Amino acid sequence: MSRYRNVTILVAILFAQVLGLAVQVKRRSGADESTRIIRLWTVSAITPFEKAIVWCQNGLGGMWNNYVYLRGVRQENRDLKFEIEQLRLERVRLSDDAQQARRLQALLGFKEQYIAKTVAAQVIGSSGSEQSRSVYIDKGTSDGVEKDMAVITADGLVGKVLRAYGSSSQVLLINDQSSGVGVILDKSRLQGVIKGTAAGEVVLEKVMTDEQVSPGDLIVTSGGDQIFPKGLTVGTVMKVSPGADLFLNIRVKPSANLSRLEEVLVITKKEDRAPSLAETNSVRAVDILTQRLPSVPDKPAADANQPVAEPPASAAKPSNAAAKPPGNAALNNRAGDPAGPAGIKPAALQKPVSTAKKAVQQTSRPVTTAPATEPPAAEAGTTEDKPH
Amino acid sequence: MPITYTSQEQVEVYRFSAPAAIIIPLVALFLQAFLPLRLHFFSLFDLPLLVVIFFAVARRSPVSGLLTGALIGLLQDSLTHQPIGIYGIAKTVVGFGASSLGAKLDVDNVGARFLVTLFFYAVHEVVYFTVARGLVKLTLQWSWGHEIGGALLNAVTAAILFTLLDRFKQRA
Repeated sequence: MSRYRNVTILVAILFAQVLGLAVQVKRRSGADESTRIIRLWTVSAITPFEKAIVWCQNGLGGMWNNYVYLRGVRQENRDLKFEIEQLRLERVRLSDDAQQARRLQALLGFKEQYIAKTVAAQVIGSSGSEQSRSVYIDKGTSDGVEKDMAVITADGLVGKVLRAYGSSSQVLLINDQSSGVGVILDKSRLQGVIKGTAAGEVVLEKVMTDEQVSPGDLIVTSGGDQIFPKGLTVGTVMKVSPGADLFLNIRVKPSANLSRLEEVLVITKKEDRAPSLAETNSVRAVDILTQRLPSVPDKPAADANQPVAEPPASAAKPSNAAAKPPGNAALNNRAGDPAGPAGIKPAALQKPVSTAKKAVQQTSRPVTTAPATEPPAAEAGTTEDKPH
Repeated sequence: MPITYTSQEQVEVYRFSAPAAIIIPLVALFLQAFLPLRLHFFSLFDLPLLVVIFFAVARRSPVSGLLTGALIGLLQDSLTHQPIGIYGIAKTVVGFGASSLGAKLDVDNVGARFLVTLFFYAVHEVVYFTVARGLVKLTLQWSWGHEIGGALLNAVTAAILFTLLDRFKQRA
């Protein structure tokens, strides 16, 4: 009997493990999976050392970069200041579009998900296996991190929290083959699912072969999976080829560098918020729509009574909210009533045309005079005359 | 001659102190989890597997070898997000095989260690893929180039690493 002792023990140990695997696979395909105590032990044993090393590494790196290695910092500072000015200009341009979008969303009763709170975390370890593309971060349930929370970087989507422990969490990357993210192509608005492959690549699935998808197209989250908020950058289309079953083979380049993750943000709170009309300066969507209608040239008789000659509204639609009245004035002239229909025209838009022009100049002044670091003239020009 | 047939009496049996037996596998697991973040190519290495082979060959006890393999494999599994037991089964088989081989052959020189690691790396990968595909239904890609490269890399590492780990051996 002792002759077969070793083999008997081997078979018993293997059988126990196979049985354990079977139980886990069955549970995984059913309800949600609880954390095994062996995972908790191993993670608790390994992550403190990883945290300590990352902490030392950051401390030494910070000392070197902040106190010793300062070459090129002045130039970088100048570049960043210039970039800030550029971004300020862009913000002015975009704020008007955003306001209008909010007005239209409010009109439609549209609810949008906002990222209300994030927690910054340091990547401290990996799974150590090529078959499991996941990383560990140094924030856990004690920091408000929970299962299924989205994880991002400034560049784009990283993955989601798979397991949250006390002071660390496991994050499943989007290039793991068991991950799936609902996405939308930014340009064509086609929906699909981003999945990882066994080789660690990212592919976009469920897009039919008759759809137009080209390399370079931006992919963002659709929000349909209820995990990732809508509009997060996921990546860009790298290669498109016809695949099997009437679907395209689309390879995607993730925006976030998944192989060199250091710091990430965990989205710990999302909010469903419907934009209110109060925050849209009391301008109704119908007014916006009327401004966007093609204007008719003024009647000669009406023009004769106008004290100031104005360019047609369609020639140059200013981007600011205060710059809208010329368009309305044209519409009102077309109706034959300078005041326009009382139910449509808001009080703010009932100024004479010359007043509206002043408002355009006043609103645009910070944009044109702000850049002390000489932004390109074309930029300032487009800010004033940018069509919608 | 790298591998020599020896009688049971000629084969040296070693044991390890408790701290070494605990700390060496934990350090291997720690490095396996930590280094691929900084050195991406490090994911080709399987340090826990090398530690299993080293302990199994040195102790030359099949039961001890398979238990060491099972324990280290299960710990490695628990760092991944996959079901626990895939690495456990693969390393149990390797631990049993390496210790059985160590009980019959003298595999304490560099050439023998290289060949033994090469062989057991292949066994480990075959068992791992079989279990992952057959029992857990994972979609894994078998790449000959990757596997041969990994086997050679791990075998060379084993030849160097085992020489360092020899310092922790104690004659039973």
